[in-house]
Amino acid sequence: MSSIHLKNVVKRFGEVEVIPPLDLEINDGEFVVFVGPSGCGKSTLLRVISGLEDATEGTIHIDDQEATSMPPGERGLAMVFQSYALYPHMSVRKNISFPLKMAGMDQNEINSRVNEAAKVLNLSDYIDRKPGQLSGGQRQRVAIGRCIVREPTAFLFDEPLSNLDAALRVNMRLEISELHKNLKTTMIYVTHDQVEAMTMADKIVVLRDGYIEQVGSPLDLYNKPDNKFVAGFIGSPKMNFFSGDVAAQYNADSIGIRPEHMDSSTESGKWSGVVKVAEHLGSDTFLHVVLDDLGAALVRVPGDMPVTTGDRVYATPRTNELHRFDAQGKTIKN
Amino acid sequence: MQQATLNQRKILTSVLAWLIGLMIFFPIFWTILTSFKTEADAIASPPMLFNFSWTTENYTEVLSRSNYFLHFMNSVIISVGSTILALIIAIPAAWSMAFSPTKRTKDVLLWMLSTKMLPPVGVLIPIYLLFREWGLLDTRTGLVIVLTLMNLPIVIWMLYTYFKEIPVDILEAARMDGASLKNEIIYVLTPMAVPGIASTMLLNVILAWNEAFWTLNLTAAKAAPLTAFIASYSSPEGLFYAKLSAASTMAIGPILIMGWFSQKQLVRGLTFGAVK
Repeated sequence: MSSIHLKNVVKRFGEVEVIPPLDLEINDGEFVVFVGPSGCGKSTLLRVISGLEDATEGTIHIDDQEATSMPPGERGLAMVFQSYALYPHMSVRKNISFPLKMAGMDQNEINSRVNEAAKVLNLSDYIDRKPGQLSGGQRQRVAIGRCIVREPTAFLFDEPLSNLDAALRVNMRLEISELHKNLKTTMIYVTHDQVEAMTMADKIVVLRDGYIEQVGSPLDLYNKPDNKFVAGFIGSPKMNFFSGDVAAQYNADSIGIRPEHMDSSTESGKWSGVVKVAEHLGSDTFLHVVLDDLGAALVRVPGDMPVTTGDRVYATPRTNELHRFDAQGKTIKN
Repeated sequence: MQQATLNQRKILTSVLAWLIGLMIFFPIFWTILTSFKTEADAIASPPMLFNFSWTTENYTEVLSRSNYFLHFMNSVIISVGSTILALIIAIPAAWSMAFSPTKRTKDVLLWMLSTKMLPPVGVLIPIYLLFREWGLLDTRTGLVIVLTLMNLPIVIWMLYTYFKEIPVDILEAARMDGASLKNEIIYVLTPMAVPGIASTMLLNVILAWNEAFWTLNLTAAKAAPLTAFIASYSSPEGLFYAKLSAASTMAIGPILIMGWFSQKQLVRGLTFGAVK
């Protein structure tokens, strides 16, 4: 059992309320991703769970045990930092073994655990190097290794991939997902990158200004966003939004349709417009279109559709994929 | 073509650097040279470079006339003592400012540094009177105190910039890893802070060793360090350049040797933060 329950948790820095009263349940073995724009309080929330920041109000239970005022080291949580936060004066071996040494573990047990972790993470060849002599990806693996050896109740990741280049990021994303599959330990992962959130999470928590906008599985959020913010934040490229007369036709204040949810044609359709830019990716083409009366929109069309800049195209939204929002930005349920 | 201009520039800057280096070193070189001349050769015009009769009599004369060892020990005690005292005060001060800064931290630092802009002679009278009152005149304790106060702003400032460079993430990682405050200090903080503390210490020892204003004004005989020992040879009875040079060479010798061996640490200390 390694569940985490937050009840009425509030975090204030002086006068500023970063996290208003918040409830959250994280179940055993879940991969939960906190996602949101920068400044939304996701890192602060993670730090409150870790114990590095105190909750101003509310309670935190880890494994059904009250942990609100426990120091970080006693919560049984392990954290991977954005900057890796490796101990620069220690070798890889010493870095990984540090938490075990702090726990007063027997040296033989430490050695066997460290060797095992190094093998799993492909670090055996670098075990005696200092962090300064490692690449970004290797450092990240050392940081993960330092967490694994402790066999924590849950892993906390604070934007762990944002310092890596794009190719490495995809690799590490996969490695962390595999790690979760193998260990089946609860993981909480903070990111501002919705692609990371979609690809890795069992459950996504979308945050804005400290408020939880929606909690759900990636496909839930994609198919049934609760509001305009979640609709716009989840999904890449972003959803198109229109308001005014066209929205009124659908009895809504504004409507949203994803680029991939419009049928396109060069002959006829509901909406018509002129292609400003065509981005050919091979499999698909993304058309930046200026729709008559509606304005700019992005439309995904098959890669073999022969369109270029200046062409007139027609787009028809699939009614069942269309999202309607009221004046407060809430989704209007059918 | 481009390579050629690059090489030319390299040669030019090297020549310039050597010229400046030699210019700075020349007075020290001349002092050492003069210390091996006779008094007559020392004031000869035109000056004699190497074609004089070498002698070590200045050194024997100086050693027999004054108690070099006493002054040397005073210098060691005053510079090391004031450095240790300054570090004891400065480490917690810099630490708290670096790791739990407030809105006013920058102002406090600037204010501390601004005290270095005051000419020391401005406070000579009050300090002299206080020292007389407390019986600290011509004592090592008095000098240790005054030099600590004088160098404290620089020591705090240097340590602050060092501590600032220690990422807070690493300390938090240690906390997550279950390190107690004691273990955090022993295994994580200290190893990362020691290089900074060491170079601050070296620099402060040199500053205190070379300090001449307070050491000359607040001492007479008992607590006089090497600066007073040098000054005693620029006496009004007549100029003894050769003996003065011998005394100077003996006074700067120890610190020059120390500086030479620790130059790597010192350069790092002085350029820290500016060069990565």
